Amino acid sequence: MGFLKDKVTRRDFITYAGVIVAFVIVQLLVNTHVIPYSLRGQLVPVTCYIVMAISLNLVVGVAGDLSLGHAGFMSVGSFTGIVTAMSLASAIPSPVVRLVLAMIVGAVFAALAGFLIGLPVLRLRGDYLAIVSLAFGEIIKDLVNCLIVGADSHGLHVIFDMAGTKTINDLNLAEGGVAIIKGAQGASGTTTISTFAAGFVLIMIALVIVLNLVRSRTGRAIMAVRDNKIAAESVGLSTTKYRMIAFVVSAAIAGAAGALYGNNFSQMSASQFDFNTSILVLVFVVLGGLGNMRGSIIAAALLTILPEALRQFSDYRMLVYAIVLILVMLFTNNPQLKALIQRLNPRFRKEAAADGE
Amino acid sequence: MSINMNPAMNRRSLIAGVAGLGAAGILAGCSNGGSSDGGSAASSDGAAFKLGTIGPLTGDTATYGVSVTNGVEMGAEDFSTKDFPLTVKKEDSQGKPETAVNAYGTLRDWGMQALVGPTLTGTSVSVAEKCQSDRVFMIAPVATAADVTADKDCVFRGCFTDPNQGKNAAKWLAKNKPDAKIAIIYQSDDAYSQGICTAFTEEAKADKLNLVKPDLAFKTDTATDFKVQLGQAQDAGADLVFCPLYYTPASVILKQASDMGYKFTMMGCDGMDGLLSIKGFDTSLAEGVLMTTAFSADDPANAEFVKAYKDKYGDTPDQFAATAYDCVHAVAEACKKAGLSLDTAAEDACDQLVKAFTEITVDGLTGSLTWTSDGEVSKEAKVFEIQGGKYVAV
Repeated sequence: MGFLKDKVTRRDFITYAGVIVAFVIVQLLVNTHVIPYSLRGQLVPVTCYIVMAISLNLVVGVAGDLSLGHAGFMSVGSFTGIVTAMSLASAIPSPVVRLVLAMIVGAVFAALAGFLIGLPVLRLRGDYLAIVSLAFGEIIKDLVNCLIVGADSHGLHVIFDMAGTKTINDLNLAEGGVAIIKGAQGASGTTTISTFAAGFVLIMIALVIVLNLVRSRTGRAIMAVRDNKIAAESVGLSTTKYRMIAFVVSAAIAGAAGALYGNNFSQMSASQFDFNTSILVLVFVVLGGLGNMRGSIIAAALLTILPEALRQFSDYRMLVYAIVLILVMLFTNNPQLKALIQRLNPRFRKEAAADGE
Repeated sequence: MSINMNPAMNRRSLIAGVAGLGAAGILAGCSNGGSSDGGSAASSDGAAFKLGTIGPLTGDTATYGVSVTNGVEMGAEDFSTKDFPLTVKKEDSQGKPETAVNAYGTLRDWGMQALVGPTLTGTSVSVAEKCQSDRVFMIAPVATAADVTADKDCVFRGCFTDPNQGKNAAKWLAKNKPDAKIAIIYQSDDAYSQGICTAFTEEAKADKLNLVKPDLAFKTDTATDFKVQLGQAQDAGADLVFCPLYYTPASVILKQASDMGYKFTMMGCDGMDGLLSIKGFDTSLAEGVLMTTAFSADDPANAEFVKAYKDKYGDTPDQFAATAYDCVHAVAEACKKAGLSLDTAAEDACDQLVKAFTEITVDGLTGSLTWTSDGEVSKEAKVFEIQGGKYVAV
């Protein structure tokens, strides 16, 4: 176990172990029916949001690019994943295999979208990048709204209905064909095949990819570009290349999360992946700490469950949710609180000193 | 020393962003007028048949959710009997399928025995799938898409489907206004509007109606300006414009047409119900509007319900509230027919209610209702005309 002597490696392995332990405990609680029905229904969405937070943290925290269109990649992954899972329903009876395929296809298409969007977007920095990525998120939403997709024994039928005049009847599906995406109505009547275990595996894969990327030579280059672009360029790093790597990997992970999410609900419309969803994921990342994957996981899990846990406040529940968010933001930035934690735990003092703030 | 090279990433702007999000949350939370928390109609000793209902009580579509849940709440009060009291719990879906499934989970934990909801189509499809796999009886009062009940034996519906509404409207026109020159204005990125438009066009062609301009589409982003569509309809000489829309865009069309001096008869479907209660809308513009809807608050037969609803919620009930009320009526009838006891488990109640539902006839606010085994309601299609600020059956 010599490799565990390295502090950074040890930290990563503690993160992995924490996720595994949390999964085992929750799975045990589910099997013994300790946790209520309402919470059981949220397990898959929670894992999806955790993966989304890890993915966005790679762009915002590690690469330092504020992207506000991340829900767009989730949308691409979600709809391609649904189409994959639904159209293979008769060819591949096993739901597990179909789900894995759906996530792979979702990841590939989202990565492709990430690359295409990255070409113009990554020429910008800061506020401009945020605005343009936001616009691309909205463009993806509008494009998906125009899609009509069905599958029958002859294969996939796709109509791109820009004028809004066509319906599923125009697909001319053969006997036994199914309409999968129905234009404005979105994907409706999807067979739900996502499981909590699949979500857990996806979190682990996303963590391994992102943490290893960050610790690698490429990861150090990405962070060098974030910290000082001019210095990074002066030593011969291609800033566009390294930012693009982070952006595409992040988009792919978001696509896989989207495929898992899409196959968990029998109704999914493009308007669900709007600006608000992007901001929601950004809140997870900011609250968990930029570049801190462990924090992202905890923040995503807590903030997804919180609004449901607040249902007893009835009409005031989103108000309470907002107040809780603001209070957490204020308290975690409070200098007195930080000083208190440092006094209690000398290890933090060392790390804080290393931060050099 | 650390230099922040990225101006958008400084701490202050992020905090400001999150605070803005919080403010948005506060606004969303306040957009719901005066609805109370989950009301209980029965005695508080706990022995009552538990009905759940779900609707968007906050957010953009809250007006429909509040109507439906109020209707369910009133229904539970009115159809409780001493031996068979009903109690209701309502949960917020924010109009999102994901939140609706969470709301359904909360209701399951509460011990719900049958579900009268959710309100919107998207949320209904996602919850219906859960009800089917868990064997919980569900009746969606106002969700119109075919997917809600498709392939599900324990999911019923209280209203006409999109295709049926379009068909009914075209048939009525063929019978009563066969010479009308018809234009259609519809919203191409809305499932409700698109669904009705397609069915209407098909039936109108079969009935040889004169469609002079059947493809005047618009999208959500341009729902505030219809001058182009109206101009095209006017040029084509249309004297009747079919608008399968919700009442908000319909009111804009009426206003702009009157500004242009273009006179025509507007015809809409059940989404148009509510046109007369829009704040700041000159209701004289709505004179002569035709709509296929199931309920009229001006019908003397419904006066008692309308008065009770006004006293309780301070608002005139629309067809959403009335249909939800009828659905509770039907569930109460079916429980009586099946001879359910108050403590029947949801799974057993489901099987018995499904069987009883096809056997009952409910004389409700929206007509005489019966159900087929595929979950669809059959009732009379009514057409109303607005005359003197009131609905008059034509």
